[in-house]
Amino acid sequence: MGNVWGFLTRTRRGNGRMDWTDWVTYSYLFLGIFVMFAPVIWLAMSSFKTEAELSRFPPRFLPYAQETMAVDGYDEPLALFDIQSGEHAGKTLAQIRRVGLVAQMVDPANPSEKLRVDVADREPLEKLSFAWENYTELFERFNFLRFFWNSTFITVMATLIMVLVNAMAAFALSKYKFRGQTGVLMLVVGTLMVPQTVILVPLFLVTKELGMLNSLWGVIVPGAATPTGVFLLRQYMITIPDEIIDAARMDKASEWKIFWRIIIPLSAPAIAVLSILAIMWRWNDFLWPLIVLNQSEKFTLQLALNSFHGEMQTQWNNLLAMTVLTLLPIATVFMFLQKYIATGIASTGGK
Amino acid sequence: MLSVLSSIMRIVEIPMLFLQHKLGINRLAWVFLAPNLILFGVFTFLPIFISAVYALTGGDKILLEDRPFVGMQNFRTLGDCGNFLDPDTCRSDFFWRAVWNTVWFVILQVGFMVGLSLLTALILNQKIRARGFFRAVFFFPVLLSPVVVALIWKWVLQKHGVLNAVLEGVGLEGHSWMLDSTWAFGWSVFLSVWAHMGFYTLILLSGLQAIPRDVYEAALMDRASPWRTFRRITMPLLAPTMLVVLVLALIKGVQTFDEVFAFTGGGPGSATTLIVQYIYQTGFAGAPRLFGLASAASMMLAFVLIVLTALQMRANRRSFNG
Amino acid sequence: MKLKLSTALAGATLMLAAGSASAQEIRVMCGADGNGCEIWEDILTGFEEENPGVDIVMDVVPYNAILENLPVQLAAGTGPDIAGVTDLGGLNEYYLDLTPYVDADYWNNSFGDFLNWYRAGPDDTGIYGLHTQLTITGAYINRTLFDQAGVAVPAADADWDTWAAATREVAEKTGVEYPMAMDRSGHRIAGPAISYGAQYFDENGDPILVDDAFEAYVAKFVGWHEDGTMAREVWAGQGGNSYQDASKEFINGELVYYYAGSWQVGRFDEEIGDFFDWQVVGSPCGVGGCTGMPGGSGLVGFKQTKHPEMVAKALDFLARELNYTEMTARTRNIPAHLGVAESGVDYVDASDTAAAALNAWGAQLPKISPIAFAYQGHPQNRAMFNITVQRVTQAIVGELPLEDAMNRAKDDLAAVLAETK
Repeated sequence: MGNVWGFLTRTRRGNGRMDWTDWVTYSYLFLGIFVMFAPVIWLAMSSFKTEAELSRFPPRFLPYAQETMAVDGYDEPLALFDIQSGEHAGKTLAQIRRVGLVAQMVDPANPSEKLRVDVADREPLEKLSFAWENYTELFERFNFLRFFWNSTFITVMATLIMVLVNAMAAFALSKYKFRGQTGVLMLVVGTLMVPQTVILVPLFLVTKELGMLNSLWGVIVPGAATPTGVFLLRQYMITIPDEIIDAARMDKASEWKIFWRIIIPLSAPAIAVLSILAIMWRWNDFLWPLIVLNQSEKFTLQLALNSFHGEMQTQWNNLLAMTVLTLLPIATVFMFLQKYIATGIASTGGK
Repeated sequence: MLSVLSSIMRIVEIPMLFLQHKLGINRLAWVFLAPNLILFGVFTFLPIFISAVYALTGGDKILLEDRPFVGMQNFRTLGDCGNFLDPDTCRSDFFWRAVWNTVWFVILQVGFMVGLSLLTALILNQKIRARGFFRAVFFFPVLLSPVVVALIWKWVLQKHGVLNAVLEGVGLEGHSWMLDSTWAFGWSVFLSVWAHMGFYTLILLSGLQAIPRDVYEAALMDRASPWRTFRRITMPLLAPTMLVVLVLALIKGVQTFDEVFAFTGGGPGSATTLIVQYIYQTGFAGAPRLFGLASAASMMLAFVLIVLTALQMRANRRSFNG
Repeated sequence: MKLKLSTALAGATLMLAAGSASAQEIRVMCGADGNGCEIWEDILTGFEEENPGVDIVMDVVPYNAILENLPVQLAAGTGPDIAGVTDLGGLNEYYLDLTPYVDADYWNNSFGDFLNWYRAGPDDTGIYGLHTQLTITGAYINRTLFDQAGVAVPAADADWDTWAAATREVAEKTGVEYPMAMDRSGHRIAGPAISYGAQYFDENGDPILVDDAFEAYVAKFVGWHEDGTMAREVWAGQGGNSYQDASKEFINGELVYYYAGSWQVGRFDEEIGDFFDWQVVGSPCGVGGCTGMPGGSGLVGFKQTKHPEMVAKALDFLARELNYTEMTARTRNIPAHLGVAESGVDYVDASDTAAAALNAWGAQLPKISPIAFAYQGHPQNRAMFNITVQRVTQAIVGELPLEDAMNRAKDDLAAVLAETK
């Protein structure tokens, strides 16, 4: 038991040699790749499959399509099959058409002679084929750049406002003593209790009264104050030693300066996390923009993505392609921001 | 960008300084709180209050002014039970099935979620190779939409899916996972842990940064056992962040809906119907839309959550007060 | 190619529209399957040419937005001008009556009873919606599997038991997984129930849902799930009122008999391709006939629009025989326009199989029972569909005995009727 905790909590001794705890660590990480990441890779692969290939089971990892060949005397390319058994076993034939259980086929080497083959005897010949049209169709169907801009604008503005407003509130709730402090914090946490689905309609009515429908600000402002953000930052800020602030006050720094120059930089890990979350929430948000925005020139990428859900059918091929496209920007942002969650920024004595 | 930001901040400093002199340092807290509270007031408290009023009305009209006031009737409809433990004796049997499903779901999900994300955060906090990549690996599922999460795992778990193919490949028998209530429930818990674990891992990761490195170095000097270091140093210093994770995991666990709904639709039968799905289908997706009943159910849900959270905070009073 | 051009054009007009404030802008909220929205947009380009200064903008949204958000937006007065809806009677209070702006006789003669689905009740004679997509429920079979097994396809007047026996035999001989499947939907099971004598409404026209005949059919249906005739994955694998189809199983050749509806033709044509032969066999027969359920969606205008005349004229434009025919052919639907139906639709781009299937669906229309028509037009039909799905599933998975499930269904319906009085 002790050894397990050892490898979890230890800071590396710096001798560069892999001991067994490293092996356990890396085993866990590679298990993580398999369980957490492999499905995502599969998703990316699937975005290159045709709708028919997606419906197929058992599902396959790589996208395949049937191989075809132009044969003399036929306008359309013909589908190729390997013949497994029967009279023509071992050959590769092109199929002209199939009637019931019999296929009419032709040997590409000898296109004049038509052959009859039992359907049970043939296996389709397949090759790797990426359905790029899943992606290109997106650009034909949507005003992609406009949606991208809308999404970006909403995400950037909302994240900036959210981080600032939440950090201010968290500062007040962690570093000041005033009456009603606990009450305010309880109220903030309390708002988490009602599921978002439930307040959607009342929130819509409020937003409408404020005249913010069909405007990107109608998406940005209502979500700017999140209880999660306040709570998260507040809990981080209470671990920042009060002595640092007292020292700054001695130096006659204004409260705003303490907030801006000391608290914010010291909270960098938590702010990085909140930014990642805020960006993700805004970028992926769909329920709220869907009800606030009803004109397509204001639409976001997520609305476009979800428009592939029809009544009876979902166009999974396009939807997955769109998912991959919308995933790339936030994945990049994540890789960038996660660096700020680095070890050992704070230490006991201040900077 | 940064210089623009810092000049804005310098401009903001002028009125803030004025207010500081006017109000004194501790009352300045309200100024820091004001923007948040105003936004909360308008876009969160007000809608919640309106929802509470909806809970007292009936009918299927959308606008409050068209709806008849029915007092506590919606609450009585939900609470009309012979025996609360047996949904079949209740008038709103689906509601109570959902309630009990949710209770079990939360117990399992929160346990696995907090345990696994703590383990993952501790590992990812070490000096490992390709740390950024591995952090992304564990965070990636959080970025996926619930519908896509459900789709991926359906591919894996359907009758002709990947898992059965693997099982049959090694000589075992496949199983109709999605037709078996117990398995469907278990996989729903797994799916929701899979989809959200990265979120809590990330929060814990930030919390671990608040632990000064020299404390560990001191412990190392004292040859304290690693388990002891974890108990005596890591856990107490991580406690404030741990509280965030516990509270959020509990609240969000109770509110789980999207991914499980897209995954099983609440089935087989009502084996994985959770309470927010009940609310959604009663008030929004169903026909007729019974906003009143749905709001009443969410008020009851909120009440239970407030009690649970208050208990959690009381138990962790030290980390709450800093 | 043509489509690409049209979307490009639409993009360009969209940009221009922002500049000219005087233009009459008509917003259409569209959540159709596949490329339905693009086809409407394309055909409406002709309308824009006829009416300079009118700009029709398609706002393509997920179908759920139409079901869940549109009613809220309409109640708040912020809805679109036109929308493609499926809850035909339920939104009646917001509909714009087209009568003053269009040739009412033409509409009444062309669309006949379909107009009733959009009306508030028997006394309402308004013209509200253009039924763009007429669907009929019924079954498809995998013909190739029948041939392989050497089992004769049951006759057109066969009942469910005959079909069940035949498909079980086919599945057994060919080693295919599922003999039968039906979409998980209260709409789908209604046709068979009516064919087996379910009435759905009492003498006064009030909904009853459960009667002896309905319960008897459900008992059979549950039995088929127990003996493996029906694919359990579809009904028993889901919960709540979620919709679930079995088209994947059918496309993969793992299903002999699939009770779905006419809207699947396009998808089957595309995805099955040459893999096997499939055909439309309509609905099995019983004492109540051989009926499927009609359904579908239509375009409606809303009272709140600022340009009622243009909205009406746009819908009228689509209702013209020529345009309606083009729309039907390109979206691969069955025409609800009686004139178009009579002269027949030439499904230009569709394969022979698909065209044959669509015409076979068209031929099912006369078999539809009046009860099915009334049910489709009833404002509480969606509530009744949901109750059916939830309670029947409970009987299938064994959460409740059949009798209790049916009693619960009656109570649910009573509660719904009390709330919506």
